[in-house]
Amino acid sequence: MKRKILFALSSVLILLSFYMVLVFVPTEIDMGIVQRIFYYHVPLAWIAFLAFFVVFTGSIIYLAKRSTKWDNIASASAEIGLVFISLMLITGSIWAKPAWGVWWIWEPRLTTSLVLWFIYVAYFIVRGYVSGEERKARFGAVVGIIGFLNVPLVFLSVTLWRTQHPPLTIFSGGLEPPMLATLLVCLVAFNFLYFYLLSERSMMKNDERMLSQIKETMARRNA
Amino acid sequence: MKELRDAFTIASKDVLTEIRTREVLSSVVIFAVLVIIIFNFAFGSSEQAAGLVAPGILWVTFAFTGILSLNRSFILEKEEDCIEGLMVAPLSREAVYLGKFFGNVFFIILIQLIVIPIFSLLFNISFFNLELLLITILATLGFASVGTLFAAMAVNTRARELVLPILFFPVITPVIIAAVNASAQVLDGQSFGAIAQWLGVIGAFDVIFIVASYLIFSFIIEE
Repeated sequence: MKRKILFALSSVLILLSFYMVLVFVPTEIDMGIVQRIFYYHVPLAWIAFLAFFVVFTGSIIYLAKRSTKWDNIASASAEIGLVFISLMLITGSIWAKPAWGVWWIWEPRLTTSLVLWFIYVAYFIVRGYVSGEERKARFGAVVGIIGFLNVPLVFLSVTLWRTQHPPLTIFSGGLEPPMLATLLVCLVAFNFLYFYLLSERSMMKNDERMLSQIKETMARRNA
Repeated sequence: MKELRDAFTIASKDVLTEIRTREVLSSVVIFAVLVIIIFNFAFGSSEQAAGLVAPGILWVTFAFTGILSLNRSFILEKEEDCIEGLMVAPLSREAVYLGKFFGNVFFIILIQLIVIPIFSLLFNISFFNLELLLITILATLGFASVGTLFAAMAVNTRARELVLPILFFPVITPVIIAAVNASAQVLDGQSFGAIAQWLGVIGAFDVIFIVASYLIFSFIIEE
């Protein structure tokens, strides 16, 4: 029931966000039509960081309580976070080309996101190379905790490294009300989408685990 | 207090093993010199180029050699099932971490002390000053803190040698950035004040990850 509500809400809001981004919001004067990617780029970044924070807390709770439920939540959140941060890097690149003239710059936020991308890819590589469900969960939790603790330090060091460059201003004055409204709708929509995906995916992981347990018992009984 | 004593016992065991076998040190030093020479081929050896790329080459070399010796530190234990011995010994898991950490710090610094003179000889740059020593020691503490944790994890996966760098490099990004920039500023003849912010970044990394790894290590080698 809860998931159905989340699904309905996120569907409606995502549809609404299409309308707002593509039709409702006025085109930005300096950057033109490509600026509209901003309304998806920012929520993608936000959800990625939220997802990794959930991985972090889920991992701590898993290590403390050792209930597979929390590992399911943490690993599901890591999957979603990885998808969102990849999309964020891609939309960022698409936007950067016309706005700054290059596909990539070593700007602090971009670089931090890239490092994070690698850390959470490593999260899945480690899980993939480990045998045993319980050990998978434990090792994943360790990477989830260490990786997230690193975020502020990565950001700080990259910022210091790039201070010689002028700060990049995306908008000199604040956001116009219609733009702000569009951004907010997108943010809320993506939040619902995230929680919907999270509950759906961790449910699936629960079922997968139960199924493999049943299979094991059956195999033992038949042997 | 007992924990520290235990840790030193483990570290001195590792040092003794190394003195008897001379397995790691000799090959890692040869490897380090090879890396430096390859970089020399890649970037040319003019004085101008050397000044520009030397700090980067130095730290890439240290990161690579660090990976090698970190990997060995647990593979040796695993090969003869010595890790089982460590686990049934009347030691806390934290003492095992600290012992391995001290051992790794010792080996990496020893390798650096051998590599730095060779490096300054080949690149014709004087590397002997107090600031650089301080940067090297602080950065090595950072390398070894997460490195020891990840090495213990990597040795329990199917692709041992592959997993460590994938985990290690993204996480030590702040240390690499700070160490390279601080070294460049030192070689540039800048004052201590200029590198203080970089030392701060490395110091913060050291504190956070020594504490975090110390607390989390027991979850990796249980069972």
